[in-house]
Amino acid sequence: MSLFDKFQPIVDIRSDLQALGIMPFGAVTEKILSSTEAIVNGHQVILAGTNNYLGLTFDPECIAAAKQAIEDFGTGTTGSRMANGTFADHIRLEQELASYFERKYAIVFSTGYAATMGMGSTLAGPGDVIVLDADSHASIYDGVRLSGADIIRFRHNDAADLDKRLRRLGDRISNTLIIVEGIYSMMGDQAPLADIAEVKRKYGGMLLVDEAHSLGMLGEHGRGVAEAAGVEDDVDFVVGTFSKSLSAIGGYCVSNHAELEAVRFAIRSYIFTASPSPSVIASTRVALRLMQERPELRERLWENAHRLYDGLQQLGLQVSPQVSPVIAVTIKERNQAIDWWNQLMQRGAYVNLVMPPASPTDDSLLRCSVSAAHSPEQIDRIVEAFAAVKNSSN
Amino acid sequence: MPDYNEFLARIFEILKPVAKQGIILNEESELVTELCLTSLQVMELIEQIEDHFDMSIPLNILPDIRTVHDLALQLEKLSS
Repeated sequence: MSLFDKFQPIVDIRSDLQALGIMPFGAVTEKILSSTEAIVNGHQVILAGTNNYLGLTFDPECIAAAKQAIEDFGTGTTGSRMANGTFADHIRLEQELASYFERKYAIVFSTGYAATMGMGSTLAGPGDVIVLDADSHASIYDGVRLSGADIIRFRHNDAADLDKRLRRLGDRISNTLIIVEGIYSMMGDQAPLADIAEVKRKYGGMLLVDEAHSLGMLGEHGRGVAEAAGVEDDVDFVVGTFSKSLSAIGGYCVSNHAELEAVRFAIRSYIFTASPSPSVIASTRVALRLMQERPELRERLWENAHRLYDGLQQLGLQVSPQVSPVIAVTIKERNQAIDWWNQLMQRGAYVNLVMPPASPTDDSLLRCSVSAAHSPEQIDRIVEAFAAVKNSSN
Repeated sequence: MPDYNEFLARIFEILKPVAKQGIILNEESELVTELCLTSLQVMELIEQIEDHFDMSIPLNILPDIRTVHDLALQLEKLSS
């Protein structure tokens, strides 16, 4: 018996992969050529497995702001938001986020993980109830587990199942937090937020929506699935990340509840970590502005999403149920998924390999994501790579 | 409110088609190590019990459950 015994399944998978000469979970990006191309593991590839949805990682304005912030404020804050780590620009970003979401209060976190994990672990506590979508992200599960609240899952995207579970709570609904995501990160499907909001109106409780993968994509202003569904008033807390459409790293929570300003000082993932670096805050502020000034980015993103979705579907592949900037191809057999991932890389397309338990079922996934920065030709080359791999495996 | 034996009977019924052939189900059967249920199958088992008895089972009870007996006992506690 040793501490390491429990890691044996990982050791086994790693040695299987090593025998095949493939290391999908340690792929090294050696050089980034642009926001859509890179050299990964020695192959020049189109990046079709990032979260760079609006393609702003190399935007000249974002880069200039980040450089200037390093010159003016240094490379790091070296401290917690609650101690020496709150700079004027952290406050400015919080104000800009609140104004963008048309909400009164905002908190900026060091990562998206810290934001969802922190809110999930802090809002509800022992004696309270959290009802969450079964396919919620690991950061949500990690948070709610720390909360000490009773954790109840409802079936993925099933508002009728949520209804049943809220009904069963009886009086406990008054201290219940419902947690869902806007767009789910693995399959790219959207939450039926209008239905979920209706159930919440019927019973009560508070609703937190993680719009990590939907910020900048949906709704008239790009605020996400809640805006697109017209139910922002029913959402008590929106959380999200700077590491996807805003092309940096960090997270946020916005709300109209004045109590958020007290909650802030109880969130351990906010207090006991260093605040985001000045350069990160600076580029995020510019990206948030550009996202609003350039609605054409959102249009291009969706054109690309449709182009890739249609292309993969026409190949007869099992694609995820809904057109989205995240498009997952289901490959039942794990080893085949690994083989396809590897061949796609050799043919110039980098996608994400997802195996259980990270995938929502027992199947494996080749998770593709598109960016506004992809050209139609690049999307076609991704589809061609899939076509070639599919033909060679027949 | 259903009692221990009702929960037990229902668990056996749900597990029968899922358990590996040749394994005899009893109260001491271990869900993961013996019956080889994946985490996904454990969640499906939980969902089927929830639907049948019209109850919600918090995830918090899972760390205390190793055997069929443990599960039936926790369910009885929950519904009392």
